[in-house]
Amino acid sequence: MTGRTGIEVSLALSEAVKMANADVIAAYPITPQTHIVEHLSELVADGELDAEFVPVESEHSAMSACLGSSAAGARTFTATSSQGLALMHEILYIAPAMRLPIVLAVANRALSAPISIWNDHSDIMGERDTGWIQLFAENGQEVFDLTLQAFRIAEDPRVMLPVAVNLDGFTLSHVIEPVIFPEQKLVDQFLPVYRPQIRLDPAKPLSMGMFGIPEIYTETKRASEMALMDSKAVIVKVWDEFEALFGRKYSPIETYKTEDADTILVSMGSVSETAMTAIDEMRADGKKVGLVRIRMWRPFPDEEFKAAVAGARVIGVTDRSITPGSHAGPVFMEIRSLLYALPERPAVFGFSLGLGGRDVTRDNYKYIYDQCQVLEDTGQDRYEMVGVME
Amino acid sequence: MTKIDALMSWKEVPVGCHVPEAGSTVHYKTGDWRSQRPILDREKCIYCAMCWIYCPEGCYEDMGPEEKYYKVDLDFCKGCGICAHECPRDAIEMVPEEV
Repeated sequence: MTGRTGIEVSLALSEAVKMANADVIAAYPITPQTHIVEHLSELVADGELDAEFVPVESEHSAMSACLGSSAAGARTFTATSSQGLALMHEILYIAPAMRLPIVLAVANRALSAPISIWNDHSDIMGERDTGWIQLFAENGQEVFDLTLQAFRIAEDPRVMLPVAVNLDGFTLSHVIEPVIFPEQKLVDQFLPVYRPQIRLDPAKPLSMGMFGIPEIYTETKRASEMALMDSKAVIVKVWDEFEALFGRKYSPIETYKTEDADTILVSMGSVSETAMTAIDEMRADGKKVGLVRIRMWRPFPDEEFKAAVAGARVIGVTDRSITPGSHAGPVFMEIRSLLYALPERPAVFGFSLGLGGRDVTRDNYKYIYDQCQVLEDTGQDRYEMVGVME
Repeated sequence: MTKIDALMSWKEVPVGCHVPEAGSTVHYKTGDWRSQRPILDREKCIYCAMCWIYCPEGCYEDMGPEEKYYKVDLDFCKGCGICAHECPRDAIEMVPEEV
């Protein structure tokens, strides 16, 4: 498959894993991730991908098997959603601390209860602090590209960290989109065979997963933290390299019509396309509004974000999840905290929307824009769940 | 557990906290965890090796066919009592360490 092809985004992601020539896939099916692993198991069964497909009995086991295969030096992939990601929780922390370059696709879905199979970001926000590199895709092409890039980033000797690629469940995972597939030889050039510098090897024994006594634990956490922070520069370099080979540009933060904007809305994931349409319509009405989309959520690109919103008077941050008991969503908390120290800071307001698959519409963004003006004009500070029926 | 002689800068922490030295646990003497020690009655011991097999720390040393017993290394014995529990001749008694 090469050239521009209409394909379900889940399948495009699986094809990216195939083109990346993954060695081990350990996964458990869960909606809406199912098509990703289903297609990968077919590719392995049909001999199109020479990999071990480990059909584990749970997501806890999936991530555990991934730790083992990555420690042995295999290029390792898994995918999950929602409760499955939550079941991986305790194992997720171990991968970055042990510097294992696993790639994980998360088809983002709400958490129970009540049971919801539909999309929001509450699953990944629960794993925010696990130490993984976390990227958010907007469309099918980006899902394909980020998946390829994730292996390259994770395995870079300067990084050696796991990467989570987030794609919105159903609204992105299950739609058919045009995706440009590259030539395999170009992919091989971008992503050569993985040659781990450190791995489990009987000829050179070493111990992994040791315990850390109080005299060293703080230092190990600092080392992990700095590895994650330092990965940003490498990710940007990998994106430059990707652009040179494939012609598509990637950056930590995307901006849309922000140059002269007095109000900037902030979003992550596929709803950004709806937001851009709303921005176009508001611009036609003479409103100076723009959009900032966060592609790189961890490590958070502080400087790039500050530069993107410089000059704005008011910022409306949208969250696809809530942080119960804090009157805020996680993205909003992050942004307000980041901008608080600026000598001249904009007003920052938070809005949660699109929870558990509730449609996110252009009108939502117009409402958020209007509310931002009202809150700023009247000096109020109120966090809002947009569209909740009172 | 790697040997830590002094406090270490985070910059010196090995990548992934891996320990590249095989068998580095010998540096970490776990014997001071012990609240009771195994005492062997050599009159009862039949040199069957059950203590040697079951010891989770590998603290028992084979003293050979002349001596015909297994000797515990108290630098590493944590005092768990598994050897005493498994001994088929009740030849090992766990005795509280004196404070």
